[in-house]
Amino acid sequence: MPEVRFEHIVKRFGSFNVLEDLSLRVEDGEFLVLLGPSGCGKTTLLNLLAGLLDVTGGRITIGERDVTDLDPSQRGLAMVFQSYALYPTKTVEGNLRFGLSALKLDKAEIERRVAWAAQLLQIDKMMSRKPSQLSGGQRQRVAIGRALVKHAGVLLFDEPLSNLDAKLRTEMRMEIKKLHASLHQTIVYVTHDQIEAMTMATRIAVMDQGVIQQIGTPDEIYEKPANLFVARFIGAPPINTFDATLETSGGRLVARHAPTAIEIDLSRHEFRSAPQAGAPVVVGLRPEHFDVNDASRDDGAIRLSLPVRYSERTGSDATAFLEAGEQLLAVRIEPSLMSRLRIGDTMAASFPMDKLAVFDARSGLRM
Amino acid sequence: MTALSETRAQPGRAAIVIPRRRRRIKGSSIAIFVFLTMVSLFVAIPLYVVIVTSFKPIGEITLGQIFNLPVQWTVQPWMKAWNEMCTGLACDGIKQGFFNSVAILFPSLVLSIAIASVTGYALALWNVRWADGFLFVLFICAFVPFQIIMIPLIIVVASLGIFGTVWAIALVHAVLSMPLLTLIFRNFYKDIPRELINAAIMDSGSFWKIFWEIVLPMSGNIMVVVLILMITTVWNDYLVGLTFGGISTKPMTVILANSVITSRGEAIYNVNMAAALLTAVPPLVVYFALGRFFVQGITSGAIKG
Repeated sequence: MPEVRFEHIVKRFGSFNVLEDLSLRVEDGEFLVLLGPSGCGKTTLLNLLAGLLDVTGGRITIGERDVTDLDPSQRGLAMVFQSYALYPTKTVEGNLRFGLSALKLDKAEIERRVAWAAQLLQIDKMMSRKPSQLSGGQRQRVAIGRALVKHAGVLLFDEPLSNLDAKLRTEMRMEIKKLHASLHQTIVYVTHDQIEAMTMATRIAVMDQGVIQQIGTPDEIYEKPANLFVARFIGAPPINTFDATLETSGGRLVARHAPTAIEIDLSRHEFRSAPQAGAPVVVGLRPEHFDVNDASRDDGAIRLSLPVRYSERTGSDATAFLEAGEQLLAVRIEPSLMSRLRIGDTMAASFPMDKLAVFDARSGLRM
Repeated sequence: MTALSETRAQPGRAAIVIPRRRRRIKGSSIAIFVFLTMVSLFVAIPLYVVIVTSFKPIGEITLGQIFNLPVQWTVQPWMKAWNEMCTGLACDGIKQGFFNSVAILFPSLVLSIAIASVTGYALALWNVRWADGFLFVLFICAFVPFQIIMIPLIIVVASLGIFGTVWAIALVHAVLSMPLLTLIFRNFYKDIPRELINAAIMDSGSFWKIFWEIVLPMSGNIMVVVLILMITTVWNDYLVGLTFGGISTKPMTVILANSVITSRGEAIYNVNMAAALLTAVPPLVVYFALGRFFVQGITSGAIKG
């Protein structure tokens, strides 16, 4: 399966710059997710790869082939669209067959591939139905089937799950991941849903304002966000951030949050560059890293006792929101603990030192 | 106040139906009703006169009681109109005109719809350079009256060597209807979801294959609209048929006019009325036959529904 390269891609719509000198390599057999908020340029990037938009500058290669000026049907790609884009007047089988129309295959091979995809996606019982007679999940399968029959080396997905309900979405997520595991195609998948990105990707490229903010495995992205944007974009409930100032207190380096006088111990934080006292920083604390059962642990970077403002239960999880000055601090707690919690109770929590994320307040970069 | 208990799933429990008051007829709908009645009477009364006259023997007509029903019903005027009505020196009835009109209708429909649908498809769904400029020119052309370009068109058609044949009439109909039909098709195809066309472009990439296999099968409704529009236009046309048709290719309308508008001899009203009705009926039949296909969803199922 081929690798995909974007080299110094520039895309303008009129005078509006969507992408400015973007380079990206999608490795052979990789499941790369382009993740970002609406309007960050991720779908534009996908459409440039598909050939549905022309680049203003730069080069796109798939394997050894330069595809920058090739027609979409000649690029050796298959794509699954957000709206499924099934042909309404064709049957399921007709839809799959039309997917092969640019490939000039002989009849036996077409039959073989259509039967294979139908079997694989369990749509063989509905081959003679029209798309309007299918449910959302079934349409999604047909759309994926139409992409799979091409045996293209590179599969593109444009937010394929966003029209499904939550339960189906979880199911299809698993199925797409299974398909990737068994077929080893190179996949470029666009989404704004961080759960999809975290669960499916082998690597995630987080984009904002046409720039790739960070590219790495889901773990790297989550645990070691390269900058504040990535840290805030990934994670639900989102990361807690404190605007603080670096200070030395009692021989230790601390980040001091002025409004609440909370001091966060940074003495064991591994800085990338030497920190300077007085520098403004943003400290990020993930809600699930808080320890509420044993607030007296000695490696705690902070120990807090704060009043509970409210709490949320999301099935397997629960979050308490503590009042820290003007802002709220989200802390993940055991659901069993939550039933005992009353608004106004004081809750003690500590945060382990090795989980801290510290960012330069001016550049937003990780320190 | 009675307590309202929340509904839970309970097998065998009868549903409680709370009746709602029916809406009253409002003053404004009465006004609309009266207006519509007047408008339809405006058309219906003359039509009634035409119909009853066509079934009266000539003796009853001369009495002048135009609103009376025939005392003695007769289909003789209809037979005469169809078989024996005189146009100039020939007395072959209006039937030759009917067959001429049919012969003109089909090539006109095929030619005009083929040209306009493909042009509309290209303008709506493909990246055509200067597509907007082209559309604007078409739009302007829709406002040019036929009479202004009639003589140049005759010269063009004559130089093609088809003047006086049904092909000349069909070609002129196709050219004259192209601006309007192209705009209709273009606007219709513009509403086909972009992703659907993108999918087809990635799957096939062939302009004609996408047109035949994807776009044309989705065009059912607009085809019905355009068919009704074009059948009415071509069938009711007088001027194009008169100027571009030869002696043997005169459409029904031309023959009707030649027969009815005579300055000499007596006016055979009942036959004239029957001939007029015979000429007017075919588009009506088309309306009733195709009308029910008018409003139907086309893209249902392509997009989340």
